[in-house]
Amino acid sequence: MLTIALRAFLKTVRQPFQLFPLIFFPAILLAINASGLTAATELRGFPTHSYLTFAIAVAYVQGALFALVNAGTNLAEDIESGFFTRLALTPLSRAALLGGLLIGIAAVGVLQSLVYLLIGAVAGAHLHGGLPGAFLLLGLGAFASAGFGAGGIAAALLLRSGEAVQGLFPLFFVLLILSSANLPRNLLHGWFHTVATYNPFSYLIEGFRAVYLSGFPAGPLLGAVAVIAGTWLLFGSAAVALLWRSLRPG
Amino acid sequence: MSAPAGLWTVTRAVARRNLGSYLRRPELLLPSLLFPLVFFASFAGGLSALGHLPAFHYAPGYTTFQYGFILCQTALFSGLFTAFSLAYDLETGFARRLFLASANRTGIPLGYAAVAVARAILAIAVVTAVALAVGMRVEGTPGQLVLLCVLGLLLVLIGYGWAAGIALRFRTVQAGPAMQTPVFLAVFLAPAYVPLQLLRGWIHSVANFNPVTYYLEATRGLLSGHPEELLAALLLAAALAAAFWGWTQFNLKAAEAAG
Repeated sequence: MLTIALRAFLKTVRQPFQLFPLIFFPAILLAINASGLTAATELRGFPTHSYLTFAIAVAYVQGALFALVNAGTNLAEDIESGFFTRLALTPLSRAALLGGLLIGIAAVGVLQSLVYLLIGAVAGAHLHGGLPGAFLLLGLGAFASAGFGAGGIAAALLLRSGEAVQGLFPLFFVLLILSSANLPRNLLHGWFHTVATYNPFSYLIEGFRAVYLSGFPAGPLLGAVAVIAGTWLLFGSAAVALLWRSLRPG
Repeated sequence: MSAPAGLWTVTRAVARRNLGSYLRRPELLLPSLLFPLVFFASFAGGLSALGHLPAFHYAPGYTTFQYGFILCQTALFSGLFTAFSLAYDLETGFARRLFLASANRTGIPLGYAAVAVARAILAIAVVTAVALAVGMRVEGTPGQLVLLCVLGLLLVLIGYGWAAGIALRFRTVQAGPAMQTPVFLAVFLAPAYVPLQLLRGWIHSVANFNPVTYYLEATRGLLSGHPEELLAALLLAAALAAAFWGWTQFNLKAAEAAG
């Protein structure tokens, strides 16, 4: 299982085409939005004077979304190249295979969260949760990445094509931007407020954001944990079912 | 067959083939129509509170302000994504067959440019209809709206010219990030969400020198009936469109030389 985990981790971090969107794309978007939307902090009801502190949470969630794409693309490549079929012929159990893949994805999640933590610290984002908050962000980043990564695994097993898996990203990206990513929900109006309220991404972002803005408030953190648990339940069960079907003898 | 006649024949043939392919393939058509709508919904809807900032003075309102941005973005990206089709055709070898069959090879990139314009018109028509339906106010005169169309056309050619040059140089869709990233950065390092005077810090300095800032200010000015930076925007856009057409021609020769 650890060998599978190490392979899954290295397969992502060794490829610049996967590492760039994972680390630099969220960082570039953060830099642009944090500067372009600074004026939003002048709105009555905005929770902080630093837009960077407010917006950095989005980078963690974007990273988790890229975990979905990368995990799915890597597994689809293995399926297309025949590596997955050869793996199925070994005595490796399905649980160990899935567990190994998820551990590898979670390790990438820790790495990318660490990078966002450092970027935030260097750029001047205030982490209210301090050192324990930093560890919590790493944990949330790891579990969120693994949860979405399970979605990538399920997609790869279902679609069996890296290109098709990559096509899922815009779908999730739309959900990300139709959330409280750019402004808090109390400053959203009309239909957008309704959509953001029913959008699970709002709660995931608000959980990460709460650690920066106020430390360990139970409500937002429970919301984020519930969304992560939902991804594990939904995507994890889909991945298990599809893996069992794919590796069925005969 | 005279050279100009050959040019237009090739242009028409390439344009007809690629436009047909674009309209028949939902995986090409739908994203190009949906993405401007999603961005418009996200920015005009999700950031509408920014219209209540004390220093925000744009009479038609935040929806029109964001429509101006989406218009420029859609024009640039329609050009850009059409160049992806060119890169794909170069990678698969289809364009090589076109090179062999064409009486005038300049007609090949010109045909794709015509498709870029058609794609932009379609995408902008859809987003405009939605924007008007949700209450966008347009206060520009018909003459000003014609100038807006001219500016939009030049932006399509800028996005296309830049990316087509890259496509012809590298002849693979793997060059996608090199086509996309500079345009993406130029678009967002401009006053995308708030007016220039509300930008703070380094982005304000960058936006001051960014040509897209001129296009956005001119577009928003034309929509509000009070054009700003119009002449500068039109001249700059025409100059860049011409320069990037030169860049495309230069790389067309490289593609021809590579066979």
